[in-house]
Amino acid sequence: MSSRKKLLLMGRSGSGKSSMRSIIFLNYSAFDTRRLGATIDVEHSHLRFLGNMTLNLWDCGGQDVFMDNYFSSQKDHIFKMVQVLIHVFDVESKSIKKDMEIFVKSLTNLQKFSPDAKIFILLHKMDLVQIDKRDELFSMMMEKLQNISNPFQFKLVGFPTSIWDESLYKAWSQIVCSLIPNMNLFNNNLIKFNQILDAEEIILFEKTTFLVISSTSSIKQQKQPDLQDEETLDPKRFEKISNIIKTYKQSISKLRTNFHNLVIRGSNGTHFYIDILTDNLFIMIVLKDKQLTDSTYVSSHEELVVLENIKAARKWFEKIENGK
Amino acid sequence: MEATYLPNPNDSNATILLMGLRRGGKSSICKVVFHDMQPLDTLYLESTSKPTSEQFSSLIDLSLMEIPGQLNYFEPEYDSARIFQSVGALVYVIDSQDEYLNALTNLSMIIEFAYKVNPKIHIEVLIHKIDGLTEDYRIDAQRDIMQRTGDELLDLGLEGVQVSFYLTSIFDQSIYEAFSKIVQKLIPELPSLENMLDNLVQHLSIDKVFLFDVNSKLYVATDSSPVDIQTYEVCAEFIDITIDLDELYVDENGEQTNKEIKSISRLSNHSLLYLRQMIRGLALVALIRNDDENLNDMDSMLTVVNYNVNLFKQALMQMWQNSKFVKKTNDVNESLSVDRLH
Repeated sequence: MSSRKKLLLMGRSGSGKSSMRSIIFLNYSAFDTRRLGATIDVEHSHLRFLGNMTLNLWDCGGQDVFMDNYFSSQKDHIFKMVQVLIHVFDVESKSIKKDMEIFVKSLTNLQKFSPDAKIFILLHKMDLVQIDKRDELFSMMMEKLQNISNPFQFKLVGFPTSIWDESLYKAWSQIVCSLIPNMNLFNNNLIKFNQILDAEEIILFEKTTFLVISSTSSIKQQKQPDLQDEETLDPKRFEKISNIIKTYKQSISKLRTNFHNLVIRGSNGTHFYIDILTDNLFIMIVLKDKQLTDSTYVSSHEELVVLENIKAARKWFEKIENGK
Repeated sequence: MEATYLPNPNDSNATILLMGLRRGGKSSICKVVFHDMQPLDTLYLESTSKPTSEQFSSLIDLSLMEIPGQLNYFEPEYDSARIFQSVGALVYVIDSQDEYLNALTNLSMIIEFAYKVNPKIHIEVLIHKIDGLTEDYRIDAQRDIMQRTGDELLDLGLEGVQVSFYLTSIFDQSIYEAFSKIVQKLIPELPSLENMLDNLVQHLSIDKVFLFDVNSKLYVATDSSPVDIQTYEVCAEFIDITIDLDELYVDENGEQTNKEIKSISRLSNHSLLYLRQMIRGLALVALIRNDDENLNDMDSMLTVVNYNVNLFKQALMQMWQNSKFVKKTNDVNESLSVDRLH
């Protein structure tokens, strides 16, 4: 079945591969990852994502013994039918040469066994680099890696990441989104939905991982992109929201339950609605107060209207998910 | 503030004096509880050399004085008598991972002195850094420390002194819990506050309600049902989540409307988390149980909750106006205390 996606998670030992996987897919906190030991050989995890998509994540242990194995005896087993290669580089690594060598080896194998694979590079543990040097280091590394991979005709997409901030969510969001086949349908329907609600912003999240699937800004802005209103908002807000809601989910689990929805009336006339959209999606709607609705009577009923609208939109999105 | 800072003895008694031997973790406690510092970052704190003092305006105007551990309190240049007269509570921090016999001698010396100048002082002992001890050993340590302090005080002829003990660590919620209890002892209006909250609980199907100080996540009051640490954690984190989300979309160019923050979350077991901003940097957070699955009932219930919480807020404002602290702080801009919410 084509909805099964094989993702290879590679990189040298200690670069943080299993930590990432545990945070994104197993709800670990960054602190918890210290408990993780070395991965022996390949650890497979099958993750249901958006209902009909299955991610087969192959977390490949990075010690040299295993690595040599991957490139020799097991190479057709490992590198066959790969959709995505996620290669993790430790920014603090002492032996960059060796790192590169392994990267080249996996590219060689990929070209042979699955030439259509997408390649993502994660420069991990960025929190250990001084803030003002991060950009420079990142662009330098990416340039170098792109040069190496040029002979293999692969296009690289890179992200600086760290488990201690929201950069990890940004990277994984993009990786996973690249695998969703009906992305355009989601986007179009979201824009349609926003035309009805006239919201400041609508964001779709996957339910278990809280990765951002799709988003739309306000209609006014879409018509006049030169308005530059966007600048006033935090460009990292999606990842931050993912992070915040995941923290919330974890905190709620102490009461041995899950959360259903969250409605916030903020300090500056911004209202937030986070609700379950379908079995696999959460939706977040940000509304700005319109001058009209000043009386408390109207605004308290507006809450119900928005929640009803979300219910109504449920059908559309369920249809897309089921691929009909 | 300089070392010469001394609160006026006629000031409110809402001053907490933080004492203990060196490296006991006093500054770390301050930073974690009142400055939102990550517990791990406190490893890099320098040793405190001067008495420091900080002001917090919450429901009461709280100030916290930290006395460096290596100080000899009975040197004449420190007017110890005046300090002890002016404070409401003395918090002594004992490092439970260290040899604590020295600390206990030091403690009884301080208690003897403090009690002589100010018999009304609350004496609180934090048995600190218990995160490194195993469960069994914590109890043993506490029993041992309590026993030895009792003996020492008996030798000094001070058997009437009330000393409260708390097991604390900055890596979990226990330090907040302990400080909440300490601060609560300094609020003269506490009984009426608790009464009001009890009233609220009785008339709504509330499981637990807290009145939080938003900046520090200390609760200044709660209803009379026992505090369940998990509920406390969830409620404290709910404040963070609400504020963090709200801050993401604050338009810096836009005019400050400063509306009251309100946040409601429905959980899968049909209960509700309810947050409402109150006065002076306080927020009311409640866990509301609802066994009825019907959604319409939920909405009518919310209306009732809103109405009652409004009444509570009005009562709180009235009480605040009549409280003895307000006269001195009238000129202090109220917005100071609520800046984290806006």
